[in-house]
Amino acid sequence: MAERMLDIQSLDVVYGDFQATFGIDLHVDTAETVSIIGANGAGKSTLLKAICGPAAVRNGSISYKGADLASVPAHTRVAQGIAMVPEGRRIFPSLTVDENIQIGAHTGRKGPWHRDAVLAAFPLLERLRKRNTDGLSGGERQTLAIARSLMANPDLLLLDEVSLGLAPIVVKQVYEAIPAIKAQGTTVLIVEQDVNQALSVCDRFYCLLEGRISLTGTPSSVPKHEITEAYFGLTTTEGGH
Amino acid sequence: MVWLNAIVQGVLLGGLYALFATGLSLAFGVMRFVNLAHGDLAIAAAFMSFSLQRTFDMNPLVSLLIVLPGAFVIGYLLQRVVFDRVVGVDPAFQIVATFGLSMVVQNLIYEKYTADTQGLDAGSLDASGFALNDTISIGWIPLITLLGAVVVLSGLALFMKRTRTGRAFRATSDDADAARLMGIDVRRIWAVAMALAVATVALAGVLFGIKSSFDPFVGPARLIYGFEAVIIGGLGSLWGTLVGGIILGVAQGLGRQMNPQWGELAGHAVFLAVLVVRPTGLFGKGQLR
Amino acid sequence: MSTFKVARGSTASRVFAVALVVVTVAMATMPSWAEGGTQRKMVELFALISMAQMWNLLAGFAGVVSVGQQAFIGLGAYSMVALINVHGQNVYASIPMSAVLTAIFSIPLALIAFRLRGSYFAIGTWVLADVVSLVMQQQTSLGAGNGVSIKVSGDALERLKIIYWLALGLAIGAIVLTYAVLRSRLGLQMQAIRDNEGGAKGLGANVYRTRFVAWVIAAFWIGLTGAVFYLANLRVQPKDSFSVVNWTAPIVVIVVIGGIGTIEGPIIGALLYYFLRDYFKDYETWYLIGSGIAAILAALYMQPGIWGYVRRRWGLDLFPIRRRLVRTQE
Repeated sequence: MAERMLDIQSLDVVYGDFQATFGIDLHVDTAETVSIIGANGAGKSTLLKAICGPAAVRNGSISYKGADLASVPAHTRVAQGIAMVPEGRRIFPSLTVDENIQIGAHTGRKGPWHRDAVLAAFPLLERLRKRNTDGLSGGERQTLAIARSLMANPDLLLLDEVSLGLAPIVVKQVYEAIPAIKAQGTTVLIVEQDVNQALSVCDRFYCLLEGRISLTGTPSSVPKHEITEAYFGLTTTEGGH
Repeated sequence: MVWLNAIVQGVLLGGLYALFATGLSLAFGVMRFVNLAHGDLAIAAAFMSFSLQRTFDMNPLVSLLIVLPGAFVIGYLLQRVVFDRVVGVDPAFQIVATFGLSMVVQNLIYEKYTADTQGLDAGSLDASGFALNDTISIGWIPLITLLGAVVVLSGLALFMKRTRTGRAFRATSDDADAARLMGIDVRRIWAVAMALAVATVALAGVLFGIKSSFDPFVGPARLIYGFEAVIIGGLGSLWGTLVGGIILGVAQGLGRQMNPQWGELAGHAVFLAVLVVRPTGLFGKGQLR
Repeated sequence: MSTFKVARGSTASRVFAVALVVVTVAMATMPSWAEGGTQRKMVELFALISMAQMWNLLAGFAGVVSVGQQAFIGLGAYSMVALINVHGQNVYASIPMSAVLTAIFSIPLALIAFRLRGSYFAIGTWVLADVVSLVMQQQTSLGAGNGVSIKVSGDALERLKIIYWLALGLAIGAIVLTYAVLRSRLGLQMQAIRDNEGGAKGLGANVYRTRFVAWVIAAFWIGLTGAVFYLANLRVQPKDSFSVVNWTAPIVVIVVIGGIGTIEGPIIGALLYYFLRDYFKDYETWYLIGSGIAAILAALYMQPGIWGYVRRRWGLDLFPIRRRLVRTQE
């Protein structure tokens, strides 16, 4: 059996004085797409930050391709194949659109994603290439951020709240790019508040509530009302946790 | 005509100020970090060159071949060992740490060299030049300094715009966390930035030492002129630094022409005027933080 | 069931208050048993404590980190020269007048300097201090570049006694002033801004005005310090009275090592700095190098300072400015 792409065991992450996650057990297999859903403040983003870098892990472990990530600095994780599209996009304002795309390839990792491939997958970026980033719309920024991260040719791509601040129709367009990414065999881990979009693309999902996993399963096998309850932390007479 | 000469000399002096300012601008741009010992490091470089001249009879311009790489290494180490710990922390500690460094550098120099004023002798280039006409002459050293400033700034601009590491510099100065997500080793970028800053200010220090006499305690004045050049030119703009330096130099020159005692004050007056009227400077695009 | 109350004082602080009064009274008797040289040294120590408290008020509480405060020492000193030498005013009456003049001058300086922030603000204050010094050097009536002596007459020893008491008052006054400010509404705003600027603004705190007021208060008291100190020393020179090395450098070291943001810290730092400097007086340069290194290390690794650690370890607050929730037994 192939080793898991990502294996998280009993993870406690702290954010300043505040503990964000409690004993998280979570895994992602190679070429899988996994979504983590949950309300604001549930600990989802903190979890992603712990996977790609300097968040404070108090207990538990994060293993990537079988090796513990604990002592690996953030920039080295990128060279090893983890890339994150950060919350809020964080496009570099001093760089042009083209340069933003190029900087994604800073580590020089080899793979299917190079500038032409990325522009082919995201045609709207082609006409924006030489521009500065000031005038870009939210959707254009999000597309650019994803393209930028793909240039690192990651084996594990993390998407942090890509729907935030975007109109529903734009979110739909952004999510339409996911199948092309999956098609290359990239493992994808999505963190989302927008439950519908998150479940529409994933093979499996976890629901986070106040730092703990309240539910896990596949979108087809878990009834809607259970997901809602797990998301909001409600318990009913039938099927609560 | 004497006024024209004052302006010409001011422009040449501006090159020196721009060189002092470059390191400040670079360090602030990349890591929001200001080293209050910046001027003292320039003087330390001048004293290093002085020792090389005293021991090996080395021309100060030749000594740059040793001083500049040395300064680069010192800057790199300073960042990794000392400054990394105060980047992004409460500015109070940044100020205190670099202020303390200023005290240490000045007094170490004083301990080794005493308070005697020294100078660097560049041989035939020193105090020689060519005359444009009866009143205006251009000294070789000031001209080399101005050209040096232009070369350094052009080099940095090209580096920033055209190279992969330069692009990483720009990304890091925009958003260090996001830069890490691109696989950029931010700590190494900071160290290289500081190394470049100390190397450029070392160049400025040696050129200054050829032109003027110096003692262990003239560092802070260099810091102040560099800082004024940055503010006049505008934060976030490397070329603005050159313009700022030239404006400062010209202001001082004109002031001195009016009254030998007014040179410094005239420069300060222009700086204060810019600060009051247009705090972001002439070409500034950053914030004043 | 126990109830809670909000308390400020504690046994330690009450004991300390009594001790402070005792020490002050003891120090006040010094002129009757100590010789002139010792009194002069104490004047310097009191001046350091006074200025350190003000720098700490600015840097540790108001978030204003300035390396140009020496401007106010110089302005205080030169105000004395102007008032006494040029305008023939009474020597002792000139002291508070000098403080007022310094405070007035500090206003345009603040208006300019406050356009900058962080480290650039710090250098800006350095520049402004330099500018004030240069302007003073142009005034021939005030001694120009060479300096001038304050014109006094009468018995030097009597005068030293009075100056000693004034200096003691300066130091105690600085401590009391800082304490009073911090317990006032202004102080509450300051600490709120220091702890969380965004949040404090949201609740209506005016950052600019808070810092401005702190600046002027500090200018007043530092001007007072300069006036008293130079009355003791009489010779006022620009290089000396506006000197970073004489004034700002020791103050920064003192406050950072003693504990920035605490009232107890600058007192401890000043005592430590002063007596160690005396102990190492034959190695003056190495002492300066050493204190510079100490300041660097404190800024890198020991940010709470000596008193900061004491406070963390034992929860001790000799000057109660923080409110705690205390359980009272039923």
